[in-house]
Amino acid sequence: MKIKKNIAISESGFIFNPTTGDSFSTNPIGFEIIHLLKEDKNKDEIKQTILNRYAVDESTFEKDFYDFSTLLQNSQIAED
Amino acid sequence: MEKLRYERPVVKKLNTGMMNKFGTRTEYNPVTHIDGVSVKGLIEKYGSPLFVISERTIRQTYQDCKRAFTNRYPRVQMAWSYKTNYINAVCNVFHQEGSWAEVVSGFEYNKALQNGVPGNKIIFNGPDKTDNDLKLAIDHNSLIHIDHLDELYRLMEITKEVNKRPRVAIRVNMDTGVYPMWDRFGFNYETGQAWDAINKIILNDQMDLVGLHCHIGTFMLTANAYAIAASKLADLAYHIHAKFNKKISYIDLGGGFASKNTLRGSYLQGNVSSPSFDDYAEAICSALLNAEYSKQELPLLILETGRALIDDAGSLCGTVLANKRLSDGRRATIMDFGVNILFTSFWYEHKLSPAQEFSHYTEDGVVYGPLCMNIDVIRENITLPPMKKGDNVVVHSVGAYNMTQWMQFIAMRPNVVMIDMDSKVHLIRNKETLEYINNIEEMPAYLKEFNLS
Repeated sequence: MKIKKNIAISESGFIFNPTTGDSFSTNPIGFEIIHLLKEDKNKDEIKQTILNRYAVDESTFEKDFYDFSTLLQNSQIAED
Repeated sequence: MEKLRYERPVVKKLNTGMMNKFGTRTEYNPVTHIDGVSVKGLIEKYGSPLFVISERTIRQTYQDCKRAFTNRYPRVQMAWSYKTNYINAVCNVFHQEGSWAEVVSGFEYNKALQNGVPGNKIIFNGPDKTDNDLKLAIDHNSLIHIDHLDELYRLMEITKEVNKRPRVAIRVNMDTGVYPMWDRFGFNYETGQAWDAINKIILNDQMDLVGLHCHIGTFMLTANAYAIAASKLADLAYHIHAKFNKKISYIDLGGGFASKNTLRGSYLQGNVSSPSFDDYAEAICSALLNAEYSKQELPLLILETGRALIDDAGSLCGTVLANKRLSDGRRATIMDFGVNILFTSFWYEHKLSPAQEFSHYTEDGVVYGPLCMNIDVIRENITLPPMKKGDNVVVHSVGAYNMTQWMQFIAMRPNVVMIDMDSKVHLIRNKETLEYINNIEEMPAYLKEFNLS
């Protein structure tokens, strides 16, 4: 999964999609994941980064990452 | 290095300036403690879900209500509405504050007696009083509020049998300018039914008509309806005195004061739209003081308000079971409590607060209970911070009706604890068990065995 090239993301977590005109907000961990995706990190690399930094177990993060990825794609922020 | 606190990643579409059914963010601080007691500690010790009653809030609310009336009117008596919450410890807090008991069934009547309420301080309302209930109430010199003619005639017969004069009142229904008009309790004022019952009672001369009662509705959002009811009952009492030289010693305006909960579909929050105790008191007391009584003859004002006195004192602590995404993109959070124990979620948009730290990011979603039923919806539309499995929540203002109308459905009804004035926790109702349920079932002998091999 990749973040679309034309998506604008501010440091405060504000996301703008110029194609659709939609804007979004994300929380700090969402912002971090989006940045990792922009750096072309794969799912396993993202998971390891988050598990190293945050107090969360692997299965919880996997469920949440799956949900978040779906949201990003449905919102046309990311694509396969 | 200590790891950072985890929060589920969320992304939310922004709809600047657009109306939506979720409203704005309402939660700013977690509710980690109730009356100084840790929510997580309570759940750890007593399980989840868990009803928590604050004795301090009960007493404060009661005293606020009583003060609003006694500041305006010299003779006020509260009567605790058992049906609103009849857990004995709760009832006794009200009795310690000076409340009589107001009951609507033989079961509740006996509960009040067993709690130690003197019989002459029990008001017996409701349409269903058995012969035994009536005899017991007569024996204890209770105030029997007659609901219909069948009851009046039966009471006349019983009075002859037991050869005692019961103290009675009639329940009066009337047009107070609100819709729908509650005309199912008692005798109608405008059509003359009330006068018909009064004439029968006084001319029959087997019982003492000592009071007039009404119960004009529930969750009344206008205090003025009570002013109309008080005026009509005062007028009735005045004319009873004029016609029969019979003094009516009390006027009972029943219950129905709104709590601060928000009704489903209501545009305004409950704490904005519900009248205060002072609003109700001003309407009722002014009406009685403006009626045709001399200062010495003012009747005792009895109030049976339940919901407004206990709602805020009750909280339900629960736990997130699961999160899922619905087909329309909304977040669904499944809690470990459903409509079986939170019956009032059919009426209210209950306020839910997370019991642990959270950020200011929110998601729009729906909160479901754990029942395998489509109706099991706690909040249809709510904006909450992201929560994960195992997180705890506190549902506020659940003290009224939930602990009496709850259902034993699929799972057992949970523990109920009370936090006392010194922040000590007391278990006041045990969680039900399989044995408790099975004890009241009987298995016919021919059904005891079966073979599935």
